[in-house]
Amino acid sequence: MNILVCLKQILDPEVPARDFRVDPVRREAEQGSANLVTNIFCENALETALQLRERAGAARITVLSYGRPTAEDSLRKALAMKADAAALVLNESEGAPDPLAVARVLAAAVRRLGAFDLIMTGREAGDWGAGQTGGLLAEELGLPCVSFVDTIEVGDGVLRLKRQTDSGWELFEAPPPVVVTVTNDEHNVPRIPKVRDVMMSYRQPLTKFTLTDLGLAADGNDYYEVAELFVPQKETRCDFVSGDTLDEKVEAFARQIVKAVDSSQ
Amino acid sequence: MNDVLIILFAANGFDKGAQGLAGAGRRLADELGVSLRAVVLGEGAEAVAVEVARVADAVVVADQAELVEYQPETCLAALAQVCGELKPRAVLLANDTYSQELAPRLAHRLGGSAAGDCVEVRAEADVLRVGRQVYGGKAHAVLTLKRAPAVVWLRARSFAPAAPREAAGEVTRAALNIQRDARTRVVERRREAGGETRLEEARVIVSGGRGIGGPEPFETELRPLAELLGAQLAASRAACDAGWVPPTWQVGQTGKKVTPELYLAVAITGASQHMAGISEAKTIAAINTDPDAPIFKHCRFGIVEDYRKVVPLLREKLKEVMSDE
Ligand SMILES: Cc1cc2nc3c(=O)[nH]c(=O)nc-3n(C[C@H](O)[C@H](O)[C@H](O)COP(=O)(O)OP(=O)(O)OC[C@H]3O[C@@H](n4cnc5c(N)ncnc54)[C@H](O)[C@@H]3O)c2cc1C
Ligand SMILES: Nc1ncnc2c1ncn2[C@@H]1O[C@H](COP(=O)(O)O)[C@@H](O)[C@H]1O
Repeated sequence: MNILVCLKQILDPEVPARDFRVDPVRREAEQGSANLVTNIFCENALETALQLRERAGAARITVLSYGRPTAEDSLRKALAMKADAAALVLNESEGAPDPLAVARVLAAAVRRLGAFDLIMTGREAGDWGAGQTGGLLAEELGLPCVSFVDTIEVGDGVLRLKRQTDSGWELFEAPPPVVVTVTNDEHNVPRIPKVRDVMMSYRQPLTKFTLTDLGLAADGNDYYEVAELFVPQKETRCDFVSGDTLDEKVEAFARQIVKAVDSSQ
Repeated sequence: MNDVLIILFAANGFDKGAQGLAGAGRRLADELGVSLRAVVLGEGAEAVAVEVARVADAVVVADQAELVEYQPETCLAALAQVCGELKPRAVLLANDTYSQELAPRLAHRLGGSAAGDCVEVRAEADVLRVGRQVYGGKAHAVLTLKRAPAVVWLRARSFAPAAPREAAGEVTRAALNIQRDARTRVVERRREAGGETRLEEARVIVSGGRGIGGPEPFETELRPLAELLGAQLAASRAACDAGWVPPTWQVGQTGKKVTPELYLAVAITGASQHMAGISEAKTIAAINTDPDAPIFKHCRFGIVEDYRKVVPLLREKLKEVMSDE
């Protein structure tokens, strides 16, 4: 079985709000001293793929990213987590591509890399949170798509996909090929690669493409454009309950709670 | 042609989300000077359509046998057909699972542009703009959708409902030519045992984070507290990822967006991605051992203490305060 996992490198989403700044002219976040990391849902997807390979045996996992040269680090980390092969499509133009532009590039890369039974993306990226690339990629490739998957099994020529819904879950059966978007659950928390494997990963081959290599032109965004980006100012002053003893403090807290619940009735 | 179309799944009924969706749809239709249409999909669509018709100008029912049970590929094909006929300027959906998964693909099939989890949608001259949180709730962006139709999924519950019309809109049945697309098939569907009300509709929420330390205290400490307050239980992603509580409890950017009167965060840091799910809560309160926890920046009131000491005592105090009244 051939599996492709799409990885996006993003600004560390755990940067505390007080250190977060945007450049309102370029309409992007400022990196400041923050790290670049692999989007968590992409790692959840990779983890799901790795576990599938552990159970199913014969499976080959390729990781793919479209991004800046630094995205190589995300792909290397994936190799250290034991993906089999990695490919990077270099983004040499200014600004961030919109989801349709990304999906078109990923689709072209998928066609170049070969036939896949299972194509995986994260449910959304922790920077712009578009939540669209997986679905758009499925459309570009003419494939069906199942979203918010957390567990995948294979058997009798079908993929069994468990996916989360608002109220519970659904189990899908789908013959390959299929596109899935992956969400988090307790079973796909990404493994931490060994330091040694991270070092070794830099010796492994990594395929690089430019858009020209894929027969694409950097057309810019014709799907959507960021018109404004700003950090909203909102402040709430927290009233820390006071009291000399825990008993007094908790009683004051209880009164506030009852007031908040009652005032709404 | 060029109308605003809202898409509803009958399974959700004409709930607060559907009402907010209709409200957003009506305001956008007014801005554009066009009609508001609705399509209702799935089993029970007819009954829901009657309710929607009070606020929409026309409603299409799509409850063919192939659509009774949700199957994404079949449903998508049906929606693409409906939209192909009606040629709307904008298609609005709520932010439930099915809407989120279909919207980008529908936009692609219609040659349009999608944007999701929006808190604002407006027409400026002929251009559609949406507002949404980005960077895990740390920033707000306004996007210009460059292609038509605009396919937008909204935080529907945050929008005010539409006023009823004098005359109810016409309800018709969609003439569809649908083939079941068997490339993917739902073979089992489960609801997680939960409270009576949906988390999104809860008036009071008691939510636990990683600091709770395990699955048991959710049952032994937080559940009795929630019962006392008539509250629903919820959690942070960290608590869900640990497997302590089901994923349906997760609140935040990639979990439920809730709108309670009171949200009590117990042992939750208040990461921006968590706060993104509670920006519509009227009052936020927290119990946390760390006075510098970001959650307190959003709280009306709080207590800096170990929850294991606070919660049992809090239950006693609540009983006293409530019986005083
Ligand atoms: C793309 C993306 C999407 C995300 N989506 C979501 C989402 O939808 N929802 C979500 O919740 N998170 C989400 N996250 C994760 C988020 O960034 C945080 O990692 C997560 O919310 C942390 O959960 P927590 O506050 O429970 O855990 P921690 O950050 O570990 O905080 C535990 C807190 O408990 C306190 N504490 C510990 N012991 C006690 C005690 N005995 N008594 C009182 N207090 C105590 C500590 O002081 C601390 O503040 C997302 C992250 C990314 C990158
Ligand atoms: N530039 C990219 N390169 C590779 N994969 C991407 C890229 N952008 C988005 N994706 C994939 O699409 C998912 C959803 O991203 P988004 O639609 O941007 O929220 C991510 O988790 C990735 O798996």
